[in-house]
Amino acid sequence: MAAVGERRITYDARGLAEPHAEAPRVATVEGGRATFDAHPLTTRQINLELRRLLYEEGITDVTVQNPGAKHSIGVGILTRCRLRFEGSLGYFGLGLIDGPEITVTGRVGWSACENMMSGVVVVESNAGSLTGAAMRGGDLVVKGRVGARTGIDQKGGTIIVGGDAGSMTGFMLQRGRLIICGDAGPGLGDSMYDGTIYVAGKVKSLGIDCIPGEWTDADTELVERKFSIYGLGSPPEFQKFVCGKKLYNYDNLEPAERKLVL
Amino acid sequence: MCGIAGLIYRDGTHEIGRDLTRMLQSMKHRGPDSTGYALYGPRGHRIVMRYTLADANTPRDFEFPDRLRRHQAQVVDRLRGLGATIHDVEAETEYAYRAVLELPSQNGTGALKAIADRLEDIPDCEVLSLGHSLEIVKDLGDAESVSHQYELGGFTGTHAIGHVRMATESDVDISGAHPYWAYPFSDVAVVHNGQLTNYFHWKRRLERSGHRFQSECDSEIIAVYLAEKMSDGASLEDAMHESLEELDGVFTYIAVTDDALGVAKDEMAAKPLVLYESDEVVALASEEIAIRAVLDREIETYDPYESEVLVWQR
Repeated sequence: MAAVGERRITYDARGLAEPHAEAPRVATVEGGRATFDAHPLTTRQINLELRRLLYEEGITDVTVQNPGAKHSIGVGILTRCRLRFEGSLGYFGLGLIDGPEITVTGRVGWSACENMMSGVVVVESNAGSLTGAAMRGGDLVVKGRVGARTGIDQKGGTIIVGGDAGSMTGFMLQRGRLIICGDAGPGLGDSMYDGTIYVAGKVKSLGIDCIPGEWTDADTELVERKFSIYGLGSPPEFQKFVCGKKLYNYDNLEPAERKLVL
Repeated sequence: MCGIAGLIYRDGTHEIGRDLTRMLQSMKHRGPDSTGYALYGPRGHRIVMRYTLADANTPRDFEFPDRLRRHQAQVVDRLRGLGATIHDVEAETEYAYRAVLELPSQNGTGALKAIADRLEDIPDCEVLSLGHSLEIVKDLGDAESVSHQYELGGFTGTHAIGHVRMATESDVDISGAHPYWAYPFSDVAVVHNGQLTNYFHWKRRLERSGHRFQSECDSEIIAVYLAEKMSDGASLEDAMHESLEELDGVFTYIAVTDDALGVAKDEMAAKPLVLYESDEVVALASEEIAIRAVLDREIETYDPYESEVLVWQR
């Protein structure tokens, strides 16, 4: 087994972040597509290079090689573009994005796609805990397994998990959908306000106020459409879970919508 | 926050001091207060003891050097008084030592307990580890500083665990640093990320069974708890499973013996751990970036689930 020769992360005096605030300008651009190797770069340098390519150069197709599970990569990308990460991302990757279509060929760490607003993220391997936390829109597809509390506080969009999901999946789910193709851990949908959870495998236990829901044609249409879009084959048979609405008695309206009704 | 890491090679000895330093340094942001290592070298018939006679932040008054010399002489006298043959004593730093011993009856925990109890009766003396294979090294600062200070780069062995500490509930000193040796049991150590909420319950219970604790840190409970279970005949895996029921709080911990390494996560899976496993090596850490620091290729990793216990033999 090869071990790395030198430490790959540099720190400032507090040991928290590296100080260089300039994009390293290392990408090669060919036919409107950019590629760069993230291996020797710090988190900040990777993000600066991404931003330079997307916002200054106007390139809409970028491949990042060897991200090396570094944290906070690809955060806050607010433009329509196509990104491909060849490798794994660390914690807090792809947070606060609005619009991009992203593929990660490896794994993502805790809190991937937190507060995602729109777009598509496809993770070819596994994801850590808190995946899609507070997500508001778009589709997040994890083809492997996910950790605990996936979709915590989710407010919209769809999370699809090809494998198993850990404990408290859909904890405090407010809106949106979780489609779990494998088993779900204990406390599924605990304290959920609304939204829908589909599980194909076994459910270890339901959380407070999460109850089985009635399957409708709209559910079939949704699941088949999502499976078709992402090439996931024929969907298995799912159980549907919804909020019992006994714990919280809030309505389903956003403040702006409530004003219209009132 | 704190960060934990573990590494077990299944294909012989490697430079585990160097590798663990890389893992821990890459998680420096999780805890810059102190760094600790439990390193397992080749098992021998002799006992290796790591101990300190002062802390890194002990005030250096005019009598400090004399006090150290006097206490070190007492250590040697007391070891000889217990019938130990001292093959080597090396000062690793100003206040930390490594001794190699032979005892007339080396296999019983009673002999190790006698050594630890007699030595810790000397003011400021703290026995960090006693074992045929285990060596615990811990000090203030990040992994590179501690590794440099104790020359761990060349340490070879089969497995190791380590910890970077962000002190929250006890002081920034060596006794508050992980790993913890499972006094008085040979070659058992633990690193922990989390908080135990029934700490005092278990501390009182284990103290009533005759155990002593070096620190006020909740994590030390886990080491002694596991070792006591194992001394009653439980396997490491069984003891860890029992701990999920009996220890309360949020935790992910890694436990090691001279031939095994295991990890346990609480029922909430509140503390992170990422795992890579192959035929040659198992590497685990609070963050994948630490595993990447020693595996220079694309790897498939995953997070163990809640209430999961995994144990690997070397």
